[in-house]
Amino acid sequence: MKINLKVWRQKNGNAAGKLVDYKLDNISPDMSFLEMFDVLNDELMHKGDEPVAFDHDCREGICGMCSMYINGRAHGPQTGATTCQLHMRSFADGDTVIVEPWRARAFPVIKDLMVDRSAFDRVVQSGGFVSVNTGSARDANETPIPRTIADEAMDAAQCIGCGACVAACKNASAMLFVAAKVSHLAVLPQGQAESSIRAERMVAQMDAEGFGACSFTGACSVECPKSISLDHIARLNREYLGAKITSEAV
Amino acid sequence: MSWVTQTLASSLGRKVIMSLTGLFLCTFLIVHVAGNLQLFKADGGRAFNEYSFFMTHNPVIMTVSYLLYTSIVVHAIMALLLTRHNQASRPVKYAYARPEANSPWSSRNMGILGTVLLIFIVIHMRTFWYTMHFGPIPMAEYDGKEYKDLYKIVLEAFSNWWYVLFYVIAMAALSYHLVHGFKSGFQTLGLRHKKYTPLIEFLGVWVFSILIPALFAAMPVYFFLKHVGVIG
Amino acid sequence: MNLESKIPEGPLAEKWARHKFGLKLVNPANKRKYEVIVVGTGLAGASAAASLAELGYTVKAFCFQDSPRRAHSIAAQGGINAAKNYQNDGDSVFRLFYDTIKGGDYRAREGNVYRLAEVSVNIIDQCVAQGVPFAREYGGLLANRSFGGAQVSRTFYARGQTGQQLLLGAYSALSRQIANGKVKMFPRTEMLDVVVEGGKARGIITRNLVTGKIESHSAHAVLLCTGGYGNVFYLSTNAMGSNVTAAWRAHKKGALMANPCFTQIHPTCIPVKGKYQSKLTLMSESLRNDGRVWAPKTKEDAEKIRKGQLKATDLKEEDRDYFLERRYPAFGNLVPRDVASRNAKYVCDEGRGVAATGLAVYLDFADAIKRDGRTTIEAKYGNLFEMYEKIVDDNPYETPMMIYPAVHYTMGGLWVDYNLMTSIPGLYALGEANFSDHGANRLGASALMQGLADGYFVVPYTLGDYLATIGHADKVPAEAPAFKEAEQNVKHMIDRLISAKGERTPEELHRELGHIMWDYCGMSRSAEGLKKAKGMIQDLKKEFWTNMRVVGDAEEMNQALEQAGRVADFIELGELMVDDALAREESCGGHFREEYQTEDGEALRDDANFAYVAAWEYKGENQPEVLHKEDLIFENVKLTQRSYK
Repeated sequence: MKINLKVWRQKNGNAAGKLVDYKLDNISPDMSFLEMFDVLNDELMHKGDEPVAFDHDCREGICGMCSMYINGRAHGPQTGATTCQLHMRSFADGDTVIVEPWRARAFPVIKDLMVDRSAFDRVVQSGGFVSVNTGSARDANETPIPRTIADEAMDAAQCIGCGACVAACKNASAMLFVAAKVSHLAVLPQGQAESSIRAERMVAQMDAEGFGACSFTGACSVECPKSISLDHIARLNREYLGAKITSEAV
Repeated sequence: MSWVTQTLASSLGRKVIMSLTGLFLCTFLIVHVAGNLQLFKADGGRAFNEYSFFMTHNPVIMTVSYLLYTSIVVHAIMALLLTRHNQASRPVKYAYARPEANSPWSSRNMGILGTVLLIFIVIHMRTFWYTMHFGPIPMAEYDGKEYKDLYKIVLEAFSNWWYVLFYVIAMAALSYHLVHGFKSGFQTLGLRHKKYTPLIEFLGVWVFSILIPALFAAMPVYFFLKHVGVIG
Repeated sequence: MNLESKIPEGPLAEKWARHKFGLKLVNPANKRKYEVIVVGTGLAGASAAASLAELGYTVKAFCFQDSPRRAHSIAAQGGINAAKNYQNDGDSVFRLFYDTIKGGDYRAREGNVYRLAEVSVNIIDQCVAQGVPFAREYGGLLANRSFGGAQVSRTFYARGQTGQQLLLGAYSALSRQIANGKVKMFPRTEMLDVVVEGGKARGIITRNLVTGKIESHSAHAVLLCTGGYGNVFYLSTNAMGSNVTAAWRAHKKGALMANPCFTQIHPTCIPVKGKYQSKLTLMSESLRNDGRVWAPKTKEDAEKIRKGQLKATDLKEEDRDYFLERRYPAFGNLVPRDVASRNAKYVCDEGRGVAATGLAVYLDFADAIKRDGRTTIEAKYGNLFEMYEKIVDDNPYETPMMIYPAVHYTMGGLWVDYNLMTSIPGLYALGEANFSDHGANRLGASALMQGLADGYFVVPYTLGDYLATIGHADKVPAEAPAFKEAEQNVKHMIDRLISAKGERTPEELHRELGHIMWDYCGMSRSAEGLKKAKGMIQDLKKEFWTNMRVVGDAEEMNQALEQAGRVADFIELGELMVDDALAREESCGGHFREEYQTEDGEALRDDANFAYVAAWEYKGENQPEVLHKEDLIFENVKLTQRSYK
């Protein structure tokens, strides 16, 4: 099949960027979206042009590295999937496909389609952990955790940190990401001791990074490759308010 | 900063203010629509005028009404601040975006809907609230007691087709505003539960987004149709 | 060359405890004066960096990804083994040890493997305490499953995303130490050389992948936790960025490379579709618990299926060959990975493969669905079926899945002693990057166990011994000539790559290398094929340095340049793998030499002559590497021919 691409090209974080047109013939519908980019880059390099820079690694939907805004949607038209899990059979022969990087103040562009998502790491560093040193754990079965609770924690914990929630949100809000982490640890007994301070610190860091506020449009959850539920955002709100009202920190 | 200002200045805190003021305004709508239903009573406006008198003279109601005005102002200012913050969070926009694929229109346009409502509130208050408080307003007499005849002002206002149309549009905006706003208020407060959230969503749609705006809109339409003689 | 394994004396079960007691300790007040570099932030790296920082050491951690959370450990699906015996089904530390050493076809050290089994129980405790949401029973206790043909249920799992959850646990511990200021994290940074001076590792040279800046980092010890080299085959289940560069450059600086030819081919991967294919996707081994592997009995039927004239579901029961069940009645579909893979290859070599390429066999769930109902199967494998459908566009509930073996894991790696120290003092290798625990074949759910064992529970002890021995004054600053010289060498290599103005992209050459490796050094190997491959790789190396082209500059983000450097190393490694495969004149585990097989085609081990670790020493550009042998001594297990009949 033939594909007309419009790809965001930007030399580096300081340079201006623009959409550039490319035409590709001989694209197989069985190719993944990133393999289509491999073909493009191969053609560009043979012509002596710089290939398009884009983040990717595992190519099986779990590392969270790939991050393309395709035809107006984070990770493209397929829901519950990352860019690497999108296949060209989702497009028609002759389609025009517009590809842009994630857009958010907190995710500055590094080059072409590659952005800096270290803000997410800093949010986790601010409190997304249980303070337990290696070796100080007691037996794993000492605290029974009801299966429903373990499942709820897992639903939140499966976030891959790709940033599609931020990219899809009209406010570039990171609420779903932060909520997933807070919620995962808040429902487990292991996370209880630090649950107040965790919610307070992670929200403060989220704000400091320049993400927007939540308008509850639900776009994040729809575009999330792991379909993480908005329930977790409600829990974050609850945790945060509860923490602010009851914690001893003044 | 104290913990209170710190909390209220955070993105979540601002949303909480939006939520609390918004939900408070929702409760006001119930009272307002219930009271105004007396317009439909075929008694030449007596029940409505007596009700208006009560609402402007009862000290508790008067106190609450100042809370109401404050809520409107705070809700609007906070919305403005949040919108500016949210827009700044994405300085470079997408060349092509398809938000309709992942979220309802109303949820993305609360600011526009809210602006329509704010304009409506100003005009609405100028027409009725201002006239009620500062006149000029005709008087009516029931059982030897004088009442400001707000009913007559209502009749007059709703005989204007463009004024009626404006009301209907504003109520459509209210409908869209509340279909998203009511349930969001609970979400922001963290009140989400498998058992109760469906009830909240039901109320948000059927009561706040359909019933209340429809009843409000029925009032100008009813009086206009009466005015042009379509109904008796 | 001294290949002293430093396995402690004493009874097997007491070795680790005795050894720990014998290790020197660093005074708590002095720990912060020691700097440790950790390269790679997967399970081994993140757990090591976090644990060492908790102890008080000053740590610098590096990864080439944009965040430490993205290391490829994240993609592990199935689970992690631990000898907890929560299921009361007869598991024990000794049984896990025995299964692992037998599964590795007796090519691993007893002492290392026993220690691995011993600390496995602590790993589960640690992970649960971090908030890893393992699967649980309704009563709230941890659930287990049997995995990879094990006769006991000892595998802990978190849906099909166990690796992800374990890595996020280690990442959260690492994040906590970054916040504490004990770890300085360098994402998007690639290690390009180890600096060795006075016979000890002194630090590393890195390239900032965003700016292209070459930098020196000095430390008292360097830990390489950089994973495996499966991408030498181009197509593998590894991430696109997984590479051998850190390990290989360390090898060139004197660290021995052990058993490089031991690669694991995983039997249940989604088959290759076309030339453009960039990677292969693994379907968890757990699928073989319920799926039945088969191929058409006749070549004619297979031919029709390949041409699309016949569908799998059209084939009658008597026309199907459930070849694993037929050949291995005792284990059936649950034979170890190497056996399952090889048999799939044989069937395809006979012309009975399916899919358009003829390189696939079926994994059929029809019987399981009939027996247990679709809901049960969906609950167990729903996410895997979904993943399959996304890639192949076919519904595995209705038509059988197609699978084919793919390179998955490399048992070989940098040679390390019992302390995980390579042959360069102060340079350690952890996790898949070392060779130590899996012998010639790794059992399912053991890789995660080893990565975390090394990082959480081994290196925090053994590193202290080395540091206490050398003292904190024994450090070479980053301004020293040794670093400047290493920087110059790195810059020189980058210049060579960037100034090459040939015709071919690094990707093309990598793909070509992959074909050579897969055809001649893959699932089965022969002396003739390996010799041919060696020549082909040498030609490819010439082609690489004369006809390759990298577009762009070195002083900016340049993914083609990164890839070129990695491919250069893969080519050299490929040649060593071929040498190693050629030298090992026996079949064992993942290494199958066609000349050495039993009458019915099973691997034929030669314990008398090859029960050793093959450790290779680099001797310079285009010089043959020198083989050193570390004899493997078995005192607690009897070496038997593996039989799964």
